[in-house]
Amino acid sequence: MTEMSRSESEQVAGNGLLHRRVFLAGGAAAMGAGAVASGAGAAPLAVEPWMKIPGAPFNGYGQPSKYEEKVARTWASAPGTGGTGSSRTPHHLLNGTITPSGLHYERSHSGIPDINPDTHRLLVHGLVRRPLVFTLDDLTRYPMESRIAFVECAGNSGGLFAKQPANANVQAIHGLLSCSEWTGVKLSVLLQEAGIEPEAKWVLAEGADAAGMSRSFPIEKALDDAMICLYQNGERVRPSNGYPLRLLLPGFEGNMNVKWLRRIKLTAGPTMTKDETSKYTILLPSGKALQFVFPLEGKSIITHPSPGLTVRGAGLYEISGLAWSGYGKIAKVEVSADGGKSWGLAALQEPVLSKSVTRFRMAWQWDGGAAVLQSRATDETGYAQPSRAQLIALRGDRGIYHNNMIQSWAVEGNGEVKNVYA
Amino acid sequence: MSMRKFVVAVAPAVLLVLTSPAFAQQSPNLGKPISPEDLVSWDISIGPDGTGLPPGSGTVQQGEAVFAAKCQACHGAKGAGQPNDRLVGGQGSLPGDKPPVKTIGSYWPYATTLFDYIRRAMPLNESKALTSDEVYGVVAYLLNLNGIIAEGETMNAQSLPKVAMPNREGFITFARGK
Repeated sequence: MTEMSRSESEQVAGNGLLHRRVFLAGGAAAMGAGAVASGAGAAPLAVEPWMKIPGAPFNGYGQPSKYEEKVARTWASAPGTGGTGSSRTPHHLLNGTITPSGLHYERSHSGIPDINPDTHRLLVHGLVRRPLVFTLDDLTRYPMESRIAFVECAGNSGGLFAKQPANANVQAIHGLLSCSEWTGVKLSVLLQEAGIEPEAKWVLAEGADAAGMSRSFPIEKALDDAMICLYQNGERVRPSNGYPLRLLLPGFEGNMNVKWLRRIKLTAGPTMTKDETSKYTILLPSGKALQFVFPLEGKSIITHPSPGLTVRGAGLYEISGLAWSGYGKIAKVEVSADGGKSWGLAALQEPVLSKSVTRFRMAWQWDGGAAVLQSRATDETGYAQPSRAQLIALRGDRGIYHNNMIQSWAVEGNGEVKNVYA
Repeated sequence: MSMRKFVVAVAPAVLLVLTSPAFAQQSPNLGKPISPEDLVSWDISIGPDGTGLPPGSGTVQQGEAVFAAKCQACHGAKGAGQPNDRLVGGQGSLPGDKPPVKTIGSYWPYATTLFDYIRRAMPLNESKALTSDEVYGVVAYLLNLNGIIAEGETMNAQSLPKVAMPNREGFITFARGK
């Protein structure tokens, strides 16, 4: 089979999208052979200094290579403050699904508190038979569970509501999403110990930060999969992510995953805190606002290529990105290279987990011409990610929160990638 | 004990443990009980019906003085905003396609949330430092600036939950697919 006919036989959608098996044995050999033949030969190999002298000594806590300094969060803080705002994960510089803890996005309402774990307390009270106070030592003795879960700020991707597409990259637009392995104690265990009164229908969670960030959620979530996390990616939760205790409500908007958790109060109804009334509600064109929009809907973004990752010449590329849903597992991700005219099914990298991030991958034979790359996720409930026009038709463009519209990246002839509306 | 005897003697006990509420006692049960008096300093959330509001009171005039001293630098004279959030005005700006002006007066559905949030989080650099009287006063002042209460009114645990917020009916509980 010639290279061209093999390539054609693997086409899954227009403008060069190929089945990912072209990267596997056989396919890769056929496609790769052409690339080597067309390129210049490699330079003679040097014996570098580090191959000849002993390297650095051990140290207590490892750091990334000094050559990776650009792999960093970016942030913005409210006027007159240093830590009231958010920082963003550089997804264009990462791969896989787990966000390194030091790169996990942050949203803080009054900086990062310096909490002494020896004096930190968790109070469980309200509509319970006996209010209880737990120390961190107490909680460390409880049976624990681990799960990989994404946390996404409800305001993530809100910039795509702007009338004109911003000159912005995946970090600036979609960086308020991260994914970690969280380990901790099921909230239901502590509630059972305190004894749930029958009138208890809602739960208030409150942080020990100076803003006392607080949110209400239905007790069904507390008895389902809510977790009080002590560990993030194997180590204690980072201060910026809630040390020493963080509430995890898998799939629910980030703000509800209260950091620096100090108090759980069972109530008959929602407390109507500032962050569940004046914020985190979705204003519709009618002037009414949607309230208590908790799980984040199915969504995906292409991280490679994306703005800042210039495509270097026609040839074979891997398109990859992240997909997630607050309602369960990702069922499929489709990719388009022609602005949504045709779609091909991407390969889903295992493991595909509920309320977690799934990486998708697809092969792309770029011909060097204009292309508009898009991805569209469908979750296991059958919900498909909407286009920009569809979401705006549903909710208008003033909602800020829960923006899960399809992202379009234009690849220009010179290989530059830009945020566009298509 | 023979196996048969063991099963006869122990199986009902195992079943009992697995099916009765006593099963919850398999938990470590390390939490220490605390009396209602000893958790008061942390129980600062205020329900929309006023549950949790402390004794004390504040007038619009008293609140104006506190606002000028502790709030105005960030929220502007009379809550007009800049450099931080605008707190006043915007009523009527919610429908349509123009940028909405969301303030206490135009958007917040419950007056109790004002007390809850100001006491726990404001002023930013010294939260939880205002007295209950000061918080009631600032709340009264902000409600008056928004035209919601009259200048002579006093806010306290009885009057605050009764304040009718203009956007009280402005919210729809989300239901997926609707």
